[in-house]
Amino acid sequence: MKVVIMGCGRVGAQLAGLLDTDGHSVTILDTDAYSFRRLPSTFSGTALVGNGLNEEVLKKAGIEEADAFVALTQGDNRNVMASQIAKHIFNVPRVVCRIYDPLRQELYSTLGVEAFSPTTIFAQMLREKLES
Amino acid sequence: MYIIIVGGGRLGYYLTKALLDEGHEVLIVEKNPTFCQIINDELGSVCVRGDGCEAATLADIGTARADMFIAVTGDDEDNLVACQVAKHKFNVPRTTARVRNPQNETIFKKLGIDVTVSSTNIILESIKEEVPTHPLTHLLTIRDQGLEIVEVKIPPDATTIGKPVKELSLPPGSRLALIIPKERKPRLPTSDTILRDGDRVIAVTTPESEEALRAVLRGA
Repeated sequence: MKVVIMGCGRVGAQLAGLLDTDGHSVTILDTDAYSFRRLPSTFSGTALVGNGLNEEVLKKAGIEEADAFVALTQGDNRNVMASQIAKHIFNVPRVVCRIYDPLRQELYSTLGVEAFSPTTIFAQMLREKLES
Repeated sequence: MYIIIVGGGRLGYYLTKALLDEGHEVLIVEKNPTFCQIINDELGSVCVRGDGCEAATLADIGTARADMFIAVTGDDEDNLVACQVAKHKFNVPRTTARVRNPQNETIFKKLGIDVTVSSTNIILESIKEEVPTHPLTHLLTIRDQGLEIVEVKIPPDATTIGKPVKELSLPPGSRLALIIPKERKPRLPTSDTILRDGDRVIAVTTPESEEALRAVLRGA
């Protein structure tokens, strides 16, 4: 599977490493080349400097042939916009998006974006830990 | 009309001022407390501090009864999300987003924003208009009809100078609306009107025919 990941923070870098180890073809985008230090030294995919909201950059990252797109920047709105570009402009079959704000995550889930809210997931997880 | 504006920067401020003067009920949502304070001091209590992309904030200010929702922050992605939340969660009939990156205009349209205003394009056009050799200026776009009104200047080396309008083979969908000669009064073009050096021709055309129209008028 060919995957494009936007945002090389802790989660992005770790996901890129895992998918790469599993044998997938990974391209990871970040606006700051310094972020790529987080990638594991064994990473054999492509690291590309550029803004994932820019269609040209996305094309360069191979979004037209991608099977999946994951938006993992720090900005909810940036993730939402990039995911919608991937889904509606480039017709990527699988688009996954991180949205910290639970309300926004709910809305965009109903609008057809596969969105996860780490806030909700982590809070639920902590509750389960504490109540068990 | 009840109009909600997201973004209390310069654009939001002057827009609110203008809409208030027209007698509308206007509310601005702005994150920065200092900007909020300034707006409330100068325009009366019209600014609420908050994130205009957050459904909770928008629910508090009665977005469901808004007639119009305008997002004019400096970030395209914020404007997109604010408008989408207003549209899909609160069913606001008309959403308008400011777009800074001209590339995003088509994307926003595809994603359901009713009206996009590209501040960059507007500034570019205005500056280009001031360049004396600029061949074609966009004056107005009539979106729902797919038409635009443009101005073409006739340069001294145009091969069409001295020719009547009827000899020009205008591209489909194009029509000359007005000719403004250099030092005389504007006139409505007839088929016998002669083009002169320095004439400014105002024409109605389509985005597809615009290049052809320019070529026909300048004889290139």
